[in-house]
Amino acid sequence: MIALKRLQILLPFVGIAVLLAVWSLTVWARIVDPVLLPSPVSTFRAMWIGMTSGKLGVDFLKTVERTIYSTAIAAIIAIPFGILLGSSEKVYRSVEFVIDFFRSTPASAMFPLFLVLFGVGDRTKISVAAFGAALVILFNVAYGVMNARKTRILAARVMGASRLRILWDVMLLESLPQTFVGLRNGVSLALVIVVVAEMFIGSTDGLGQSVFEAQQLFNMPDMYAAIFAAGALGYGLNLLFLTIERRFVHWSGK
Amino acid sequence: MTAQPAAKMELSRNAHEAARRTAPHVTIRGLSKHFSDATIYDNFDFDIPRGKLMSVFGPNGCGKSTLINMIAGLIPVDAGEILFDGQPLSQIKFGYVFQNYREAMFPWLRAFDNIAYPLKVMGVSKSERTARVEKIVANLNVKIDLNLYPYQMSGGQQQLVSIMRALIVEPEILFLDEPFSALDYEMTLFMREQLQRVFVETSTTTVLVSHDLEEAVYLSDRILLLSRHPARAVEFVHYDAPRPRTLQTMSEADFISTKAHCLEVFQREVRKG
Ligand SMILES: Nc1ncnc2c1ncn2[C@@H]1O[C@H](COP(=O)(O)OP(=O)(O)OP(=O)(O)O)[C@@H](O)[C@H]1O
Ligand SMILES: [Mg+2]
Repeated sequence: MIALKRLQILLPFVGIAVLLAVWSLTVWARIVDPVLLPSPVSTFRAMWIGMTSGKLGVDFLKTVERTIYSTAIAAIIAIPFGILLGSSEKVYRSVEFVIDFFRSTPASAMFPLFLVLFGVGDRTKISVAAFGAALVILFNVAYGVMNARKTRILAARVMGASRLRILWDVMLLESLPQTFVGLRNGVSLALVIVVVAEMFIGSTDGLGQSVFEAQQLFNMPDMYAAIFAAGALGYGLNLLFLTIERRFVHWSGK
Repeated sequence: MTAQPAAKMELSRNAHEAARRTAPHVTIRGLSKHFSDATIYDNFDFDIPRGKLMSVFGPNGCGKSTLINMIAGLIPVDAGEILFDGQPLSQIKFGYVFQNYREAMFPWLRAFDNIAYPLKVMGVSKSERTARVEKIVANLNVKIDLNLYPYQMSGGQQQLVSIMRALIVEPEILFLDEPFSALDYEMTLFMREQLQRVFVETSTTTVLVSHDLEEAVYLSDRILLLSRHPARAVEFVHYDAPRPRTLQTMSEADFISTKAHCLEVFQREVRKG
C-alpha cells in the first residue's frame, strides 16, 4: 500500500519521461532531419549555457519584467472598475457589450494602434498586454461581485450593514476566487502578448526576440531552449498565482 | 389629597407598562405583495405577540419566507404597513437565521469572527466584541472550536454558530427560516433544545418558519397557519404547555390534539387550493 502511494508521487513524471523517450528515439532513428530537431541533451545544454552565462537569462528576466508590469497595471485598473461595475447589475449590463467586444478582439490586432500611440518600445508592448489582461480581469471581477451569494448579502443587510460595508466586507471577499481566476488568465494572456510583441516590434531582448533570432540564425538548440524557457515561465506564473490564491482565498471551492 | 396625583401617575405608569407588555410587538396592516406572476399577500392583517415563540406553518410557496423578509426589511412591501411597538421600522435589531447556513456564514471568517461580525457592523470595540462572544458561548454551553472556519464544521455546528451570530446583538425579534431542515434528526433534536433554552432565558419575540408540524407545535406558544397564496391567516393556534418542554411533552394529550388540529386545518386548506 505504502509503496503504491509512493509510486503515485511519480505519476506526473511519467509524461515527461515518455516525451523525452519519444524525442530521443526520433532523433536517434533520424526520423526528422537533425538540423530541425536537435537531441534533448543538446537542447538542455543550450538552455543551461544560455540561462547561466548567455543572453537567454537576460531575455528571460526581461520577459518576466514586462509580463509582471503589464499584469500589475491591468490589475490596478481592472479590479476597482470590476468591483464598481459588478456592484450594480444595471451598470454592468450597460457596458457589457463593449467589454465583451474588446475581450473578443485579438489583442494583437491592436498592435498598430498602440504603436502609433506609444512608439516602438517597451511602452507599447506593456500597454497592449495590459489592455488584454485588464479586460479579462475586469470581466471576472465584475462577475465575481455580481454572483456574490444573495443570502450572504441579506445576512449582512439584516445586521444593518451599509451598502458600502456590504461591498467591502462581503462582495469584495466573495469575488476573490473569481478575481484570481481572472488574474491567472490575465497573466497568461499578458505573457502571450508580450512574447508576440517581442518577436515583431523591433526588440533587442526578451524571450520572443530570442526565439525569433535563433530561428533566423537557424540555431535550433537555442530556439528550443528559448521556447522551453517561455513554457517554464508560463507554467511558473500560473503556479505562483495558484499558490497565492491557496494562501489568501482558503475558502475557494468549499 | 396631595399624595393622590402621584399615586394616580404611578397607576397610569403601571397601566402603561402593562399595556406595553401585552400589546403586539409587530402590527401588520393592509399588507400587499405580489411578484411578477402571483399575488402573495393581498390586504393582510396580523399581530405578532411580544415575547412569544411563534411558528409559521403553511404549504410550499405560500409566502412564509416572504413574510418574514418583509418584516425584517429585506424586501419592500407593495402596500400596507408594518409597525414595531406602533412605530414604523427604525433602528430595530433583528436576528435572522437562514435555512442555508452554508450560504449565510462568511467562509473567510473564523466561526468566532462570524459570531462577532454583527457587533463590528454596530461599531462595538474589539475587546467588547470578544467579551460578548465569550459570554454567549459560555451561556449556551457551546463546545465547538470557534477558531475553525465554517467549512471545517459540521452542518449542525455551522447552524449553531449562525444562531449565535443572530443572538449576539440581543435582537428584539429573532427570525428563523427553516433553520433545522438541512440537519440530520439527532442534530435537529439537539438544536430544538438549544433554541428552547435560548427562548426560556431571553423571552425574545421569535418567529420560526417550520415545515415540521411536530417541531412547530413543540417549540411554539402560537402557531400561525397560512393558506395558499394570496395568503390568509387561517387560524392562530395557541399551545400553552409549560416550559421547559421535553420529549415527554410530545406524548401528552394536549400536544397530540393541538398537532392533530393543526394538521386537519392544514389539509382542509391545501385541498381547497
Ligand atoms: N424574488 C421573487 N420573484 C418572483 N417570485 C418570487 C420571489 N420570491 C418568492 N417568489 C414566489 O412567491 C411565493 C412565495 O415565496 P416564499 O419563498 O415566501 O414561499 P415559502 O412559503 O417560504 O415557501 P417554502 O415553503 O418553499 O419555503 C412563491 O410562489 C415563490 O415562487
Ligand atoms: Mg421559504
